[in-house]
Amino acid sequence: MKLTEVKPGLKVRILRVDRHGVRQRLALHGLLEGDVVRLKRAAPWNGPLLLEVGEREVALGRGIAEKIEVEPLTCALP
Amino acid sequence: MRIALIGQPNCGKSTLFNQVAGYKAETGNFHGTTVTYTESRLRLGGKVVEIVDLPGLYTLEEGSPAEQEVLRYLQSHAVDVIVNVVDAMRLTSGLELTLELLDLKRPLLLAVNMMDEAAARGLEIDFETLSKILGVPVLPLVASKGRGVREVFLTAQYLAETRRLPQPTLIEQFQPAAVMIATEPEMPFQVMDLEQRHRLARQIGAQVMHWGARRVTWRDRLDDLLLHPVGGYFFLVLVLWGFFQLVYSFGKFAEVPLLAFFEQVTALLRSWLGGENLLFYLLDSTVQGVAAGAAIVLPYLVPFLLGLSLLEDIGYLPRVAFLMDSFLHRLGLHGKAIVPFILGYGCNVPAVMATRILEDERDRLVAAALSVLVPCAARISVVFGLVAFYLGPLPALGLYLLNLLVIAFTGLFLLRLLPEPTPGLILEMPPLRIPTLRVIGSKVWFRVRQFVTEAWPLLIIGSVVLEILQLFGAERWFNFVLRPLTWVLGLPDATGVPLVFGILRKELSLVMLGQALGSTHFDQVLQPIQMLTFTTFVMFYLPCLATLGALKRELGGKRMLQVSVLTILIALIVGLGVRLAGMIFWG
Repeated sequence: MKLTEVKPGLKVRILRVDRHGVRQRLALHGLLEGDVVRLKRAAPWNGPLLLEVGEREVALGRGIAEKIEVEPLTCALP
Repeated sequence: MRIALIGQPNCGKSTLFNQVAGYKAETGNFHGTTVTYTESRLRLGGKVVEIVDLPGLYTLEEGSPAEQEVLRYLQSHAVDVIVNVVDAMRLTSGLELTLELLDLKRPLLLAVNMMDEAAARGLEIDFETLSKILGVPVLPLVASKGRGVREVFLTAQYLAETRRLPQPTLIEQFQPAAVMIATEPEMPFQVMDLEQRHRLARQIGAQVMHWGARRVTWRDRLDDLLLHPVGGYFFLVLVLWGFFQLVYSFGKFAEVPLLAFFEQVTALLRSWLGGENLLFYLLDSTVQGVAAGAAIVLPYLVPFLLGLSLLEDIGYLPRVAFLMDSFLHRLGLHGKAIVPFILGYGCNVPAVMATRILEDERDRLVAAALSVLVPCAARISVVFGLVAFYLGPLPALGLYLLNLLVIAFTGLFLLRLLPEPTPGLILEMPPLRIPTLRVIGSKVWFRVRQFVTEAWPLLIIGSVVLEILQLFGAERWFNFVLRPLTWVLGLPDATGVPLVFGILRKELSLVMLGQALGSTHFDQVLQPIQMLTFTTFVMFYLPCLATLGALKRELGGKRMLQVSVLTILIALIVGLGVRLAGMIFWG
């Protein structure tokens, strides 16, 4: 699934980043494929997503988040 | 000897620098505060050493212009020892850069900053093990409170004098894969790429960092409020409104008695010297220049800078970026561009320079063009000293809202002109911090001092120059040349000179206005609509000389000219709009 489809509060692992440019920029900010992140919150009106990456927090715009393929680590409660 | 401070953005390099150098480098709790290097001399154990504060960067590989600045500095200057500052809470990611710095084969010291916050979060760091793994000294630090600063610099000096290079021998026990790829076993990291450093840093971090139980802290709760999908915006409006009220009420409170005082001084001068001689004219215009700084600018500037510094150090600005990202997207920018905008309210020069944190050239151009439209502290004195003081706070607030609208429309216009997709937002969200009184104090002082030493003398000189021009009747030439403009805007003839000199410093246009019209009781010489039109025009037309210089440095001369023409056009259109609206409103 895409990162944009993840519900806030869930932990996911980054599987793949689609665009090379985006992958590089994310890597520069210490976000690589295989990393586990938690979606903390999402800004309204298609605003950015706030991720918890280890001990840091990083905000990603939707355009960036759409390029990120992730797998959920825990099941969402119904 | 030269000591360089290097580290990731927002790890406290500038705070450490300021602890020993006095407040010279701007600090703030967000990324990209430092975009150029600052040097200072420091007496250390009887010797004078150079210390340099470099912009924050994630990796030595190429990146934004701010990062390239660091590389250029390292290549062009002999750096004897590197002090690598890391944020204790973000040690793992900080180590990625440290691993790269080990490669430079220069004496290196790791200073783990913000140990007070780490202790509050129950984080323990095994310094001894970390030091053994990296083969460099590792020292704790609380730069904001000055703890550990002395030890860091004394150790750095020792390393530089003994030329002790890093000896990361134990590092090989980690991730054999990364080391095995190395062709030369004694230099295992030369072949490490970003991804390998990332994994290695995580492994080292896991070994030396011991977290206490994760608790929900006041920071999380406050963030729940500040970033709430509805409440966050409500709070944002509240903060801005409170800010505005602070500036307005304090300024008005101080302006009235100060103006009255300086009027007494003028009256006294007149009775001593008689009103009609050269000495009186010169002294009187000097007093007016002094009065403008003391009574019209400073009362608004000080509370404004205090409020802005507080917001910066708490870390509220990146939260604003988070909330406003989707709006900025419609202007063809992303949330990171909010940093230049907000800095612009202080002064447009750092705002233009801060566009360096944007990766894309087009983004930098658009952000710079828009941020020079932001009313800086100098223009605040015009808005508050003229409009708010005589017409009340609501018209002044209205001008600010109008300004935002104009910026939005200009953004849309530029988006049409340069329709490239923006790369999108990647922004680190710093933890909320309680600012220390000392840092806030020195920061406000630093910025007020800039006004007092650079702008105020100019105000006084400008005031005297205008007086002399008037004595010789030369101001008529300026006014004549600018008559088409002042006529279109419905302003008195005499406003031509203030508008021209406003290019030097925006405050000058208000100071000289008082003098050109022969009275600082503006309500007697200007109609309300003229005050509004004048202020609107001053708000938008040509940024001041210093900002033009910054634009030229950052974007080049051609772009600077284009931005200048754009701002004059905007000022004309909006000024005319305000005049027409006023004519309809007031009849």
